[in-house]
Amino acid sequence: MIAENLPALQVVVPLLAAPLMVLVRRRTFAWLLAVAVSWTALAIALALAFKVREAGVISYAMGSWPPPWGIEYRVDALNSFVLVLVSLVASVVMPYARTSVAAELPRDQHYLFFSMLTLCLAGLLGIAITGDAFNLFVFLEISSLSAYVLVGLGRDRRALLAAYQYLVLGTIGATFYIIGVGLLYLMTGTLNIADLALRLRDVHEMRPVLAALAFITAGIGLKLALFPLHFWLPNAYTYAPSAVTAFLAASATKVSVYVLLRYYFLVFGIPLVFGRLPMAEVLIGLSVLAVVSASLVAVYQRDLKRLFAYSSVAQIGYITLGMGLANEPGLTGAVVHLFNHGITKGAIFMLLGGVSLRVGSTSLERIAGLGKTMPLTAFGIVIGGMSLIGIPGTAGFISKWYLILGAIAHGYWWLAALIVASSLIAVAYVWRFVEVAYFRAPAPAAAGLAEAPVSMLIPAWIMVAGCVYFGLDTGYTLDGARLAAQVLLSSVR
Amino acid sequence: MTRDLVLRVLGKLLIPFVLLFALYVQFHGDFGPGGGFQAGVIAAAAVIFYAIIFGLPAARRFAPDWLIESMVALGVLVYGGVGVFGVLLGGNFLDYFVLAHNTVHGQERGIFWVEVGVAITVSGVMLKVFYMFAGRQRDRDEE
Repeated sequence: MIAENLPALQVVVPLLAAPLMVLVRRRTFAWLLAVAVSWTALAIALALAFKVREAGVISYAMGSWPPPWGIEYRVDALNSFVLVLVSLVASVVMPYARTSVAAELPRDQHYLFFSMLTLCLAGLLGIAITGDAFNLFVFLEISSLSAYVLVGLGRDRRALLAAYQYLVLGTIGATFYIIGVGLLYLMTGTLNIADLALRLRDVHEMRPVLAALAFITAGIGLKLALFPLHFWLPNAYTYAPSAVTAFLAASATKVSVYVLLRYYFLVFGIPLVFGRLPMAEVLIGLSVLAVVSASLVAVYQRDLKRLFAYSSVAQIGYITLGMGLANEPGLTGAVVHLFNHGITKGAIFMLLGGVSLRVGSTSLERIAGLGKTMPLTAFGIVIGGMSLIGIPGTAGFISKWYLILGAIAHGYWWLAALIVASSLIAVAYVWRFVEVAYFRAPAPAAAGLAEAPVSMLIPAWIMVAGCVYFGLDTGYTLDGARLAAQVLLSSVR
Repeated sequence: MTRDLVLRVLGKLLIPFVLLFALYVQFHGDFGPGGGFQAGVIAAAAVIFYAIIFGLPAARRFAPDWLIESMVALGVLVYGGVGVFGVLLGGNFLDYFVLAHNTVHGQERGIFWVEVGVAITVSGVMLKVFYMFAGRQRDRDEE
């Protein structure tokens, strides 16, 4: 019974756990349930991934209404990879969140916080698993609305402004997406994503389809912070509570990238998007701008959270770059970078949560001598930074390697050189941290600083270990990404 | 609390009928316009009407904050519970076909409880929003 219903349970377990936390109103219960739910979600995601590799695509009919009429949950190599990433991040962040949240939020809000975080998890998992374009919109709203609340809970008053900015732009994004879906529905009469792809081939009136493509690109582009639609991201990541930043940075934008991948390659199809339209050039151009400009901006930041938030914009640029290359190594690089960047940024933001807990701030002036006062935290951030740069032996190297292969396969040598050169800018911003943390004496006020609490260090270091592990043993991530890339390219006939 | 006698008498007269109408809209939703969302809004409107005429503290005595917050969560759980019940009876999630001896009755029973869940959450959310706006200055003064 459980085995057949795994696709539904993937979403339903967190979705129903969230109101249960509100009903019980106990913070310890809420936290325990959140941890249990995220681990269950990870187990389900792994089971689904295993099943997909064994037996191919899993289709699940919600309410036993057969697709394409009913809502279908459809798990393939691409979204099972995303499901594993999101639930993996959640299952590490949830145990971490207890100490971090206890320090940053008033006590009476704790159960509501965990309820919101679980709801956000449910929304993100739902976006990834559903095979229905409108259902995807509903989950997009569930995850986004809870994300706005979570960002707004930050203890800095500016968090409210950041949440409001995120809300306005996020809502515009969601509205654009649904306008696009409406146009597609107008032309095909179906909302099932797989069915949509089939029927779109018989549509000859192209103007509404092109408009739909434009709306979906702009809408999802806002959600994934595609350059130049990234203005909400640095503020949201900087002022949100630490656990929220770690969770959102590692999962929310990645899921949006997945949505764009699915629409470009499996709904509109490569012949339209990359053949008739110059989307490859547009994507590569914007991605290069994102990588270079956001990295440069990151170099000049004074606050570490903001620095790494800009670095996220740059790293998302690498992912969309792989998408624009639209060949197997490029897409493999893009998909594997979803995962690698997810765990890298998760690790860094979790460690920064420890810094903000002990130091009271993440600004560069205040963390002088962090290598002495909080050695484990500082060293973890350095490893994460190395993965951002893409030093061999870290996860980031694998993705960049494949992106370079993808660029060379197209004969874009300049692009390959640019990817390497842009890593040097990453060296610059990571070096700023290293210099302040290791080569400056701790301020006298920082003398009594202790290492971050163990309950935060262990989950954070699991992520740091992941950055190294997935850089050395690429069996799971690369195979998964390669299979996903093959799914994406399978629509070309 | 307003001192206007006409409003207070009319309010007292109308509120039971508004609540009754909410129930009508709720249960007649299968056959006519209506359903859980509308019924939930109408029921919440009755309480808001009461709060406007007799004051927020009176309304809070009738529908306390903890109850409202629980309603927000409970309705979602009822809705989701119907889905889980379908799984327990051997169907898919949100499978109403298996809820009764034949499929038509199963669909009726499924949608009935789903609409109950919707009504609970919607009226809970409406009242929560109203309480938060209406009680904003008041709650701050108490602190």
